[in-house]
Amino acid sequence: MEMAVDKTQFHVLAVDDSLIDRKLIERLLKTSSFQVTVVDSGSKALEFLGLNDDEHEQRDSNSDEDQDHQDLGVNLIITDYCMPGMTGYDLLKRIKKSSCFRDIPVVIMSSENIPSRINRCLEDGAEEFLLKPVQLSDVNKLRPHLMKARSNERLFDQH
Amino acid sequence: MAIAALKTQRRNLVQSMFDEGVLDNQFNQLQDLQDSSNPNFVEEVISLFCNDAERIITELNRYLNDQNVDFSKLDSYVHQLKGSSSSIGAYRLKLACVNLRQASEERNMEECAGAFNSIRREYYVVRSKLQVLIQLERHIVNLENQQ
Repeated sequence: MEMAVDKTQFHVLAVDDSLIDRKLIERLLKTSSFQVTVVDSGSKALEFLGLNDDEHEQRDSNSDEDQDHQDLGVNLIITDYCMPGMTGYDLLKRIKKSSCFRDIPVVIMSSENIPSRINRCLEDGAEEFLLKPVQLSDVNKLRPHLMKARSNERLFDQH
Repeated sequence: MAIAALKTQRRNLVQSMFDEGVLDNQFNQLQDLQDSSNPNFVEEVISLFCNDAERIITELNRYLNDQNVDFSKLDSYVHQLKGSSSSIGAYRLKLACVNLRQASEERNMEECAGAFNSIRREYYVVRSKLQVLIQLERHIVNLENQQ
């Protein structure tokens, strides 16, 4: 079956309510050769993934529609923490609850260095917590998480 | 050579902004993200920043002049301005935002007014210098394209 996504490139979904930060993160990611989709809220991120805001997924995990989700090829989600409505933490929890998307690495960004916040995010499944302003060197830290996720995926496919 | 003189002027302007703390290293990061495929990146970010900052300063002014100051709304706006200042490397403006957040937390109206004036002042300083920088940049690019 022809994959819609180029398997050699990683696709990152970036979420931030700040226009300036969206522009920055997009440039940072593209400079690092990632394919990028940027949205301005957690609910738009869920919409993009095809998840709804509800606690319970309406689709059962073996349905054909889930195959379409896989073809979106989102390999990593990077989200701001402080957003109106759904915070980055809420989004993290929602992703981790999803049978389709729980294995996608989630990275949280925040302008505030609050250890309890950082620990909570990491404990609840975030791969990394980046302090803003995000630098190119931070973005370079993402690649290992993506490579690992991809090799886990391949391992899974073989079984 | 006109271009060399302009480049020196540009370099000196940026250096003076760093020396005065108007800009910090984050601005270098922005410049590093600009290349031939995105030749207007810095200018675009600056433009977005200025529009956003002016919108927020207007709101802050409004909230501060209310009979009953809504400190939580105030804080939310300052947080936004602090974030975008930090993102473009507008160091002194960011510090002014930190001061306003502090004053707001303490519910100290006098301090808030003072901190807000600093924000306005620092914003105009960074905006006017960045505008000069953009003009220099455009001039340099025009001359280079003519060669």
